[in-house]
Order: sequence, then C-alpha cells, then structure tokens
Amino acid sequence: MHHSIEINQLSFSYPDGHAALNSVSLSIQPCEKVALVGPNGAGKSTLMLNLNGILRGQGQVCVAGLELNEKNLGRIRAQVGLVFQSPDDQLFSPTVYEDVAFGPLYQGLSEAEVRQRVEQALAVVGMSDYARRVSHHLSMGEKKRIAIATVLSMQPELLVLDEPTAGLDPRARRSLIHLLGELEMTMLVSTHDMLMVRELFPRMVIMDEGRIVADGATAALMADEVLLSVHGLEKPI
Amino acid sequence: MDPRVKFVLAIAFILTTAITPPGAWPVYILLLAMILAVDILSELGMGYILRRSALALPFVLAAIQVIFTISGPALFSIELGPWTLTVTQPGLERLISIGLKSWISVQAAIVLAGSTPFPDLMAAMRAVKVPRLLVAVFGLMWRYLFVMADEALRLIRARTARSGHADQPGLKPGGSLAWRGKVAGGMAGSLFLRAIERSDRIYMAMVARGYNGDVRSFALARMRPVDWLILCSSLGLLFVLLILGVLLFG
Repeated sequence: MHHSIEINQLSFSYPDGHAALNSVSLSIQPCEKVALVGPNGAGKSTLMLNLNGILRGQGQVCVAGLELNEKNLGRIRAQVGLVFQSPDDQLFSPTVYEDVAFGPLYQGLSEAEVRQRVEQALAVVGMSDYARRVSHHLSMGEKKRIAIATVLSMQPELLVLDEPTAGLDPRARRSLIHLLGELEMTMLVSTHDMLMVRELFPRMVIMDEGRIVADGATAALMADEVLLSVHGLEKPI
Repeated sequence: MDPRVKFVLAIAFILTTAITPPGAWPVYILLLAMILAVDILSELGMGYILRRSALALPFVLAAIQVIFTISGPALFSIELGPWTLTVTQPGLERLISIGLKSWISVQAAIVLAGSTPFPDLMAAMRAVKVPRLLVAVFGLMWRYLFVMADEALRLIRARTARSGHADQPGLKPGGSLAWRGKVAGGMAGSLFLRAIERSDRIYMAMVARGYNGDVRSFALARMRPVDWLILCSSLGLLFVLLILGVLLFG
C-alpha cells in the first residue's frame, strides 16, 4: 500500500530568489484528513502547487504511489484534485457543466463516461440543478462547491484545498464543512479557520517560514498555546 | 537626468527621424551614431536594447508594399501567377529608409522607458502638458497590466492542474483542437469580464476618495541649469540634422 503523499526534503525557491520551502518532509496515509495551518507567506500554497508539479522544487515528491517526474506528470495531475483559493480562477468556462467536464474531457474519456462523472460530481456537492448556469453569477458558496466538483469529476485519489472557507458566510461555511466531512478521501487542506480544523481534521501540520514546525494530533497541538502563538495562530475558543 | 529632459528629447529625436526625407543616408548614420552613443551611456546593456528593438521589425513588414508601388527605374520583376510585381529603386530605398527609421526611433523609446522609473515618466508627461486624462490612462494601464497578467497566470495554472491523464490505457489526452480552442476562448472571455468588473470597482473606489476626473500630483523639482543646457544643445543638434537632411536630400 502506498502513501497518498510522500514528500522527502523538498525545497523550493521562486525565481526572484525568495526561498518558499526549506527541506519539507511530509507523508500522508490514504483517507487521512490533514489540516495545513500557518501564517500568510509560510509556504502553504507553494507546497500545494508542488504536489502536482505546477511548481517543481528540489527533492522527492511521490503522489498516489507515483514519483513526480515528466513521465508521470499527467497521471499525477489526474490524481491530485487541487482546488484553488479563488473559485474565479478555477471556473474558467462559460457554464458550470463545461467546467466540471473539463478534467474528464481532457483525459479523453468517452462522452457517456464524461456525462456520468459530471452528474455524479455535481450530485456529491449538491449542485445538480446548477449544471446549465453561468458560473460567473453564482454566489461565493456556490462557486466553492462547484470548484470542488470540477476536481471530483477527475476521480482523484486526494483532494487538496487552499483556504476553502475564506470569504464564506456562516451558512455557506457550515455546509462546506459538512461536505468535506462526508467525502471519504485523502485530504490536505490549508486554512486559517481553526474551528474547522478542530472539528474536521484529526491531524494538523503547522508551517512557518517555509518549514514544517509541528506535525501531530490536532488535539495535542491545539493544547500547546505557546507553540500556536509563536507561529501566529490562535487557539479556538 | 531630469525625466522632462529625457522625455522631450526622446520625442524630438523620434520626430526628427520621422521627418528626415527617405534616402538621406548620411543623416541616418548621424542619428544612428547619436542613439548608439545614448544606448551605451545609458548603461542598460547593448544586448538588452538590441533584443527589444527587434520589436520594430514586424511593423516594417506593413510597409513592404512600397517597394512595388512607388514608380521609378525598375530593378527586377517577380511573376506571381497572373500578376507581375516590379521592384523599383526608389521603392527599395523607401523601404530601407522606413526600416532604419523605425529601428532608430524604437531604440530612443527603449532607452527612455528603460532608464526612467515609470512614475517619473508620468510626472514628466504631465509637466510638458500631455493631456492629463491621457497620462492617467497610461498610469492605470501600467498599474493594472501586472494585475491582469497575474490573473491570467492563475487561470492557466488552474487549467494545468486539471489537465491530467487517465489511468486507463489507450486514451489520448488533450481533447480535440476545436475543444481546446473553445476552452481558451472561454478563459479569455472570463478574463475580459473580470477586467470590466474590476474597472468598475476601481472607479468606485476612486470616486469614494473624491475623484472627479482630475488627477493631481506633486510638482517636480525645478530644472537645473545643466538640464537646460543639455536640452537646448541636443534640440539644436537635432534641428541642424533635420535642416541638413531636408536641404540636401529633400
């Protein structure tokens, strides 16, 4: 049995010389749900972009049992469902249906299978009635759900979400948490929403200045108020 | 150097180059020598300037028809199906002149843009009475060009992240050319919609802070005597070159 994510000594610097990741090592088991927390600029988003080879650093990255290299790049991208923070970036097609169909269509699946996957993905996020809508005019919460559907339709092994609850009203946030709790798959979620972390994620990884500074059970790390405050985090009340 | 001096001289230089009659080779050589000297003194690096000045090349293509349309002694003819195209000597001269002129002018613009911080350049334009609205449009374009480029980059990233290959063997990933074209069209469309919405928001933010169509800014420092000297002597030199060109070759 392979790990869903196996990262060994990964370092990454942006072209301007800013070192965003500094020998990061992380492994995540299948069906494990892990929260990635830390201040802005800690390297959380950079780490996520390294998982499917949009950014390539030095070090070893294995995703879904495949080593990240030129040959496996396409298959890894199908296995990593990466949902960006802003759904406006994620949703680039005129209608919801076309956006959700993008991944399977790109893979060259048959029309019948694409249809079936799109319907299934929209049903999972509870947006089946929105297939013909124009994504431009939806609410933030609706866009977030559809952004998740656009990667679910690829049937990935793991779901990687960048700040899924940012900018949501309480009701949309609650229904998103509900959705994430129901999905039975590996998850790595970067967030500032500590209440959601406590509720949803048994394991928590804290990043700061390009390093992983703590990795363990959420309950134990949340109890360490000194650790949290050193890295700019707050214990939820 | 004072940005106003640089701006005025660059414009004057480009104008002089543009008005110089075609075929005034000695004047071109002098103009080229002048701009090359400026290139070197600007310390931007010759490679940088020459690479960027290749930008002028496509525009020369737009003038390619002049070698056929201007009448004069024929050099040679090309048979093109039912048509015969005759290349004339004045036509060829005109084309080479246009090519040289655009190359020289573009270098002046590159040195100006490369050696002057953009805010200074805008202040200079306002100081020499370029219409304020036009300057404001330049400024906003420059400011939001990078925002748009970032937005486009994020869209492309999102597409790349979902461009995966299936585990089933025998499937050809990528989709048809028409489908990919449609996706790219959709992306361009959504970028355009967002640009419009953003411009609305920016305008509202400006109005909220009291914007009424007039852009105000701090005045520039007074010009030093040495700036005046450089400005006047260079303008004089350009004027002499222009007179020479018009008298001897016009």
